[in-house]
Amino acid sequence: MRLAALIAFLSALLLAPLGASAASGDALTIPATVQMQPAELAAMLKSENPPTILQVGFHVLYEQAHIPDAVYAGPGNKEDGLLNLKTQVDALPRDKLVVIYCGCCPWEKCPNIAAAYNQMTTMGFTKVKVLYLASNFGEDWADKGYPVTRGG
Amino acid sequence: MSRLFAAIMASLLALPPAMAATAPAKAPTKLKVGDVAPQFSRRDLQGQIFDLKAQRGKLVLIDFWASWCPPCIIAIPHLGKLQKQYGGRGFQVVGISMDDSVDTTRETMQDIAFQYPVVLGDARFGNLYGGVLGLPLQMLVGADGRILAIWSGELSPTILDKAVAAAIKKPG
Repeated sequence: MRLAALIAFLSALLLAPLGASAASGDALTIPATVQMQPAELAAMLKSENPPTILQVGFHVLYEQAHIPDAVYAGPGNKEDGLLNLKTQVDALPRDKLVVIYCGCCPWEKCPNIAAAYNQMTTMGFTKVKVLYLASNFGEDWADKGYPVTRGG
Repeated sequence: MSRLFAAIMASLLALPPAMAATAPAKAPTKLKVGDVAPQFSRRDLQGQIFDLKAQRGKLVLIDFWASWCPPCIIAIPHLGKLQKQYGGRGFQVVGISMDDSVDTTRETMQDIAFQYPVVLGDARFGNLYGGVLGLPLQMLVGADGRILAIWSGELSPTILDKAVAAAIKKPG
């Protein structure tokens, strides 16, 4: 009986994320054409016109380390997080190149990134790129020696 | 001169916590197997003080988790099972919640029965442990306080079971 209850709870957790949560979607639905590899973004950071970068995950991770100049705009799995994202990008031209990333957990388990991507496309952004972090931000970005800013 | 120094020190000490949190921090030292697990002592969400140093002599599994991390949630019942199985033989699990809000952790703890203490972590705690920049993350700490294993990402229960069983059998 307890096992059945646990399975029901986990199913609810995975399929219909927590009460006040937004519909997070599934990172596997994000088209490969909009995904960006870490090395590509790292190179863009050195360019004259780096893109706008938004971290759409959790603040405790952002505070430890984030991509330089990335703005906190999450979490994507909550209604108030999506509202935060909307507020951060509302004034931007819809053809502006914007990169979003999370990296809280393995790509296919991320509760934030797909919801944030869907929000951006719904708002009419035509050049949204999604940083592909297979395992997490630590392993796929910070540990690879790409630049980070700490604090915030 | 000493009054000036005292005044400067007093104003520095009076800095609000928010300023301290936003100050640029140096890169934390990445932990590796063989390092001594950094000491911490915090009140857990069940109301007791959890002091890592007081666990010397025990095998300790530090489980960094969060309510938003599905693989972390799925692992909790198994960790509880291990706690029950080996608790009497000197094994202790401690959960470190990396939720942004304690309320979120408390809600999860109402839904899932934790068989071990849960401490609320934060960015400072993450930095103490070398930067917790993704979950799941687990560390097995030996009786001498040194890290025996670090697992980042989804961990197979079989691998964990074997590691715990082997470390429990080890003399000393």
